[in-house]
Amino acid sequence: MGAQLGLPIALGYLPVSFAFGIKAVANGIAPIWSIIISMTNLTSAGQVAAADIIGAAGTYAEMALTTLVINARYMLMSISLTQRTRNFSMGQKLVTAFGVTDEIFVIASTSVRTVTFPLMLGLIAVPYVGWTVGTVLGSFAGGLLPEYLARAMEISLYAMFIAIIVPAVKRDIKILFAVAVAAAISAAMYFLTPFISSGWVIIIAAVAASALGATFFPRKAADGE
Amino acid sequence: MNMFIYVLIMAGVTYMIRALPFTLLRGEIKSVWLRSFFYYVPYAVLGAMTFPAIFFCTGSVVVSAIGCAAAICAAFLGGGLVTAAVVSVAAVLLAGLVM
Repeated sequence: MGAQLGLPIALGYLPVSFAFGIKAVANGIAPIWSIIISMTNLTSAGQVAAADIIGAAGTYAEMALTTLVINARYMLMSISLTQRTRNFSMGQKLVTAFGVTDEIFVIASTSVRTVTFPLMLGLIAVPYVGWTVGTVLGSFAGGLLPEYLARAMEISLYAMFIAIIVPAVKRDIKILFAVAVAAAISAAMYFLTPFISSGWVIIIAAVAASALGATFFPRKAADGE
Repeated sequence: MNMFIYVLIMAGVTYMIRALPFTLLRGEIKSVWLRSFFYYVPYAVLGAMTFPAIFFCTGSVVVSAIGCAAAICAAFLGGGLVTAAVVSVAAVLLAGLVM
């Protein structure tokens, strides 16, 4: 069940991690290190920024701060996820924490009634393999995939997001408000404040949209999730 | 600069961000406002991640919009995640051939 839900994420991760592998090698990072980075970090925007810092021989402090800023959104997602994993043991929680990515968090929060540890393992393991395999391929054989195919594959992640949003909106129209506000803020910031990293855009847009949603369309405690 | 230390820093900081809430927050959130807030967070994250990025991911705004419309149609008609992804990629490839 978890592995099944993880499969589309893994497919979506392939072109993204492939692109990371190409970028890492272009920045002078040995393939083995780019693979180790993917296997220990499992984060797209953070790794891309880190590859730039390594390529420019940046300081350790710069690396720590950039990683913190770009990946801060995971804290928001982990806080949200703790509400669904209260019956996990501490060890299970610490394993789950490693796999908190935008996509895995969203599936765990929206596509299953109850979250179990075996489900989380499958939901994390399959995308993890996809992320690693994509990095291996990108690092060693970056030039072999035709560009039009790589670019077309990139839309699969977004198509997946849409396939999560649409049925949720059909079930609860209030969700459309949160999605639309977040999309509007994200689009406005993309054009007006391009110097703000995408990690921060997600945090600002998600916090503002969810706060407005909670204020104008609060849900009674009895509502099922 | 040592590659091992770079990787140690980035992996350590990233894991700390993810794990801290799991070690600190044990209880149930009681406040209706906070519960509502966290109910909306995943969908808001999706909205912010998808738009406007989806329109720039294929290199052509028109081709991307076609892929986006295809995904919305597939999802509206009850297609799952994989169906929507495949339909969308196929639409982008076809649109790319025509344009």
